[in-house]
Amino acid sequence: MSQIENVSRRRFLKGAFGAGALILAVRYIPPLLRHGQPADGQNDADRATFHPNLFVGIQRDGTVYIVAHRSEMGTVIRTTLPLVLADELDADFKRVKIDQAIGDQRYGDQNTDGSHSIRSFFDTMRDCGASARWMLIQGAAQQWNVPASECSTELHTVVHKATGRSLGYGELAAEAARLTVPKKEQIPLKKPSEWRYIGKGATSYDLEKLCTGKAMFGMDARVDGMVYASIERPPVFGGKVKTLDDQEALKVAGVHQTVSIDPFKPPAAFQPLGGVAVIADNTWAAFQGRKKLKITWDRGPNESYDSVEYKKELRETAHKPGRLVRNVGDSAKAFPTAKNVFEADYYVPLLAHAAMEPLVALAEFKDGKVTAWAPTQNPQAAQAIMSSELGIPKENVTCHVTLLGGGFGRKSKPDYVAEAAVLSKKLGRPVKVVWTREDDIKFDYYNAVAAMYLKAAVDDKGKPTAWLQRSVFPPISSTFDVNAVYGDPPHLQQGWTDLPYDLPNMRIENGPAQAHVRIGWLRSVANIYHAFGVQCFTDELAHRAHRDPVEYLLDLIGPPRTLDFTNVQYPNYGADYKTYPWETGRLRQVIEMVAEKSGWAKKKSRKGHGFGIAAHRSFLTYVATVVEVEVDDQGEIRIPRVDTAVDAGLVVNPEATRAQFEGAVVFGTSIVRSGEITAKDGVIQQSNFNDYPVARINEVPVQTNVYITESTAPPAGVGEPGVPPFVAAFCNAIFAATGKRVRDLPLSNNSIFG
Amino acid sequence: MVKLRVNGNDRSFDGDPDMPLLWYLRDVLGLTGTKFGCGMALCGACTVHKNGEAIRSCVTPMSAAADSEIRTIEDIGGNGLHPVQQAWMETNVPQCGYCQSGQIMQAISLLKSKPHPTDQEIDDAMAGNICRCGTYQRIRQAIKLAAGKIA
Repeated sequence: MSQIENVSRRRFLKGAFGAGALILAVRYIPPLLRHGQPADGQNDADRATFHPNLFVGIQRDGTVYIVAHRSEMGTVIRTTLPLVLADELDADFKRVKIDQAIGDQRYGDQNTDGSHSIRSFFDTMRDCGASARWMLIQGAAQQWNVPASECSTELHTVVHKATGRSLGYGELAAEAARLTVPKKEQIPLKKPSEWRYIGKGATSYDLEKLCTGKAMFGMDARVDGMVYASIERPPVFGGKVKTLDDQEALKVAGVHQTVSIDPFKPPAAFQPLGGVAVIADNTWAAFQGRKKLKITWDRGPNESYDSVEYKKELRETAHKPGRLVRNVGDSAKAFPTAKNVFEADYYVPLLAHAAMEPLVALAEFKDGKVTAWAPTQNPQAAQAIMSSELGIPKENVTCHVTLLGGGFGRKSKPDYVAEAAVLSKKLGRPVKVVWTREDDIKFDYYNAVAAMYLKAAVDDKGKPTAWLQRSVFPPISSTFDVNAVYGDPPHLQQGWTDLPYDLPNMRIENGPAQAHVRIGWLRSVANIYHAFGVQCFTDELAHRAHRDPVEYLLDLIGPPRTLDFTNVQYPNYGADYKTYPWETGRLRQVIEMVAEKSGWAKKKSRKGHGFGIAAHRSFLTYVATVVEVEVDDQGEIRIPRVDTAVDAGLVVNPEATRAQFEGAVVFGTSIVRSGEITAKDGVIQQSNFNDYPVARINEVPVQTNVYITESTAPPAGVGEPGVPPFVAAFCNAIFAATGKRVRDLPLSNNSIFG
Repeated sequence: MVKLRVNGNDRSFDGDPDMPLLWYLRDVLGLTGTKFGCGMALCGACTVHKNGEAIRSCVTPMSAAADSEIRTIEDIGGNGLHPVQQAWMETNVPQCGYCQSGQIMQAISLLKSKPHPTDQEIDDAMAGNICRCGTYQRIRQAIKLAAGKIA
């Protein structure tokens, strides 16, 4: 609790960074982030004796404060980025204390999604650490009256070898603070061979707290005088309250009152959904009171949404010509003359995030200002939506970031934080809004449902001479623009635009779909369905041609080369294409690596025991995965082993990276086995882990082996890229063991035997 | 009036006897190490020990906790770390960590009844505890490591 109560200082913010910008894959990283921002006492780093830049402060006692401006939801990013700074600083990480930043545009982008924290801030962290180290060296040199070039650093200490003198960083803090911050060109960076932590990694800064119940999640935030709220939201997206009878609710012991929340004005974006909040002394009383509400609803424009009908519509659309995304050669000419043409439909339903910590936020409105504590991936968007919902300037909104009990993209959308702020303003006291698991599943920003149609003409060896692929899904942009029905480049690029095959004729299309729920990002996003379609269809073609799936996949990928996206909208995850080109050679390498490590050549699939492979690049990282499955006579599936080879460029924290890929296969197991959200009469039919099951310990791969490529390429993403190839490889392995194709996810809708 | 002991301290509660123990621990006592995940005993995040056995506090009404000895993650290691907590740290189990209080309390309970559990026994005992980050492989390793420490 002290963690939360000690950070109540407010900072006055300037300018605007609206929620609308978030969908455009434009990441704002201030060019001068490393230097010169005024220290204003917002956090311990700011208040430290020596505070050369935004991200680091050093005290006289040698304590080094490093700011974590990204959100911690299990990726260990709150440790790993500070570790990069500590390395260039040559600091002893045991003497580092991590300051969690509030939402503030001075840090640049803080939306912890898209697997880009290391990629976007690696250089910044290095510069910030190196410039502080440079200043400490200058300070010592002046004190000793020797040239700075004769001085160097050892752990947390500046030394002058010639005279055997040394001074600790704490002893030098005051001296260094008097110096001018150097220009970037002046700062020598370490050579990779000198790195102390980068490439070796560290365990989570919070590890012991996480194992002892002392870690502070959003669910654990408390302030004096707070009340608890549970909100009954419109059961259909876009609905609103018609009549309310709260008499029985108010009789529940501990319930204070009810408060109405206005419905949103389309587009929904990050606005609260509206409804009726029950305010109480404790969470349980609020839940109980809510059950006693009698509300009639105006169900609004989505009340006829039926996911069974919707699936048929998507599939029909996928069979009609769509909007061209990318074209090579002339498929339309090649198909009619082809001897052998194969086609297949694939389908992935809506998916919910279901992070273990249901959504929750605490907000206190006082004297025209609001302070919130929330498990958010996106504190600047939380600040922006609170500002607009309350009609107060952003300068008067502070969003503290707690630890997150999982995120997976859901906690990038701060509707729940806005709810707490709105209620606190109405009540004039701190309010903690607690979502139930049912709320969490029914009022998600779902990963889009997608239908895909693929068609290939093949030659005598089974190799495609023409290829057509068409995907149809309600786009994420529909959450921000009610008229959006086509996929936008940031999501089409995810495993669709960038089909990496070396074929003479390839046509890639996308069809329209109207959304009836809020659509949003979920761990690896559109890559989930696109990799599923492409990698399963490829496996189908390999088996039809009686060719080895690994050899076939490599044949389709073709020789090592850089893919050419001239005249194609390919945002490359917001990264510069020269720095992060799409290199088929790297995809080939991870395929070859995983084939070797898994012993693919010696493994023969037979009835009841199969192996599958898939490979995919997402978030600039190349991954290939081999899955082994056993299927018994009842169709029960066991996964004895998974092998995953990863080329994520330079990996700062290998242990955390391995953990992300281990977790990704579990996340993928849930998607394949049981991940499905459905709707009838506009109402989401799932509610909790009974009807939206996620993978348990007895259902997941028994052994997951992760192989990380040694690479000097610039760092790429690791949180998300493990999911897409696993999903496809798992389904390919099921085919190898059973002869049954899984084309419609999840597996629970398929009959494996009989 | 419900009387009980929580982490060795005598407590009494005169509120709604239907209130689940989870919310008493979290909202009344401020023991927030025990987590809310589902409210229906489906995920195990709320696992605590009642008279030494793992229970789901989210579906245990205060009336059913009367006259019992409750122990939570905050106190399970006494003044230090329980060997299971040590094993969790050495195996680097947690990712987000939200479910881990429940996982650890469940694992401690398992090792009391089965000091050297097989893979199957681990799966059976731990299948009620969901980890959405997917740390199951490390949970299995940590339980085996802890079994060695305790023995």
